[in-house]
Amino acid sequence: MTAVDTALNDNALTRRIIPCLDVTAGRVVKGVNFVDLVDAGDPVEIAQRYNEQGADELTFLDITATSDERDVILPIIESVAKQVFIPLTVGGGVRQVGDIQRLLNAGADKVSINSAAVSNPSLVREAADYHGSQCIVVAMDARRVSAEGEAPKWEIFTHGGRKATGIDALEWARKMARYGAGELLLTSMDRDGTKAGFDLELTRAVADAVPIPVIASGGVGNLQHLADGVTLGRASAVLAASIFHYGEYTVQQAKEFMAAQGIKVRLTA
Amino acid sequence: MNTIAIVDYGMGNFHSVARALQAAAPNADIQICRKAQDIDRASRVVFPGQGAMRDCMRTLEVSGLREAVLRAARNKPLLGVCVGEQMLFTVSEEGDVPCLDIFPGVVKRFAGPQFASNDTPSQERELLKVPHMGWNQVEQQRPHPLWAGIPDKTHFYFVHSYYAAPADESLTVGVSHYGLRFTCAVAAANIFAVQFHPEKSASPGLRLYRNFVDWNP
Repeated sequence: MTAVDTALNDNALTRRIIPCLDVTAGRVVKGVNFVDLVDAGDPVEIAQRYNEQGADELTFLDITATSDERDVILPIIESVAKQVFIPLTVGGGVRQVGDIQRLLNAGADKVSINSAAVSNPSLVREAADYHGSQCIVVAMDARRVSAEGEAPKWEIFTHGGRKATGIDALEWARKMARYGAGELLLTSMDRDGTKAGFDLELTRAVADAVPIPVIASGGVGNLQHLADGVTLGRASAVLAASIFHYGEYTVQQAKEFMAAQGIKVRLTA
Repeated sequence: MNTIAIVDYGMGNFHSVARALQAAAPNADIQICRKAQDIDRASRVVFPGQGAMRDCMRTLEVSGLREAVLRAARNKPLLGVCVGEQMLFTVSEEGDVPCLDIFPGVVKRFAGPQFASNDTPSQERELLKVPHMGWNQVEQQRPHPLWAGIPDKTHFYFVHSYYAAPADESLTVGVSHYGLRFTCAVAAANIFAVQFHPEKSASPGLRLYRNFVDWNP
């Protein structure tokens, strides 16, 4: 074994499982590609349930369409933060440093920035300088743009995957890491909502491109997909929504499944 | 009255520390303190911190709370959290910033081949990400009242790129492994300090806060 191999064996950091809650009008909802939203329940109750199941973190995505209603999420985050003591990430509609401050004050530990990072990359730098990298997550939505047989290439999309930016996903990931992002939340727009599993090639390419943790997202349909995101995609964490919301699997089952494949996870009694 | 002062010098995670203390010890009087006299009056003190070391030390100085923290460290139960732990040491490599020097030692960055930048990834090896972010096991090095009810090798939540390396190994009460073995909890007399975030570590974290509230060194 090389010194590096020895050092890596001497690494007890677990891979994280992060349930994602889409929130609008004070409720958790679930839909495919932002349409056909179905009510999935009360945010605080759901957060508590996932915490009891051993979720490592929770991500709240505010999918409210209008900016007028954005602040509806603040009391939700406050209520969750009073009762659930694991890291909370909030994203959706974050436009300026003031939005970040409000979410952190309400009890978010990390804030995820997506479209605003594309339109104004210096926001990420300012936010990381001011609040620290540990609370700045850059969410990147990527879509495969290479044809079959070509070298793989992915492009960054914004506005829920509708708007092309012309930005290469790997370059973008490196740039955001340089700008001070503490973590990247990587969603494959091709896979999101399909239950066909992560785009593992994309996940691996981004995870290998940056020195910061990458959370894989988009496409989880079963527990093997979660394990693959870590072992084949090399993600530090895996995020999923529907498989947990509808009670198909508990977080605990997901962890036991991953542990059985030799993945280090935090198992709670 | 058991009053607990959370030192608010303008940086960091004092709100989430306050929420966790409230949940862990509903009967305690928890105060977020911006004045030295409030810290002086409290029966115990929590010293959190988050963000860049230079900013933390500077704002601690500017807030006028530095001396109050040093006074508390002499005779009251004091709990340092994250950068609040690191600040207790002599100096930080993060910008070569002098710290409070209550404990001899240097705050170092995770570095070495296992942390090398992975622009040219090898197929065989996985390079370690910095920050060290997530849940890691804490190996208790010796019994301590703040470990009461918390099993050895319990997972706690970490997020940091630097760690304190005490010059005196006997200060270490907890270690973790991330590429290397590093100290993640220190204790001496009336001081206990942790690199991880008990306020984000679910029930074991709340237990640690509860233990701190009950601690009579």
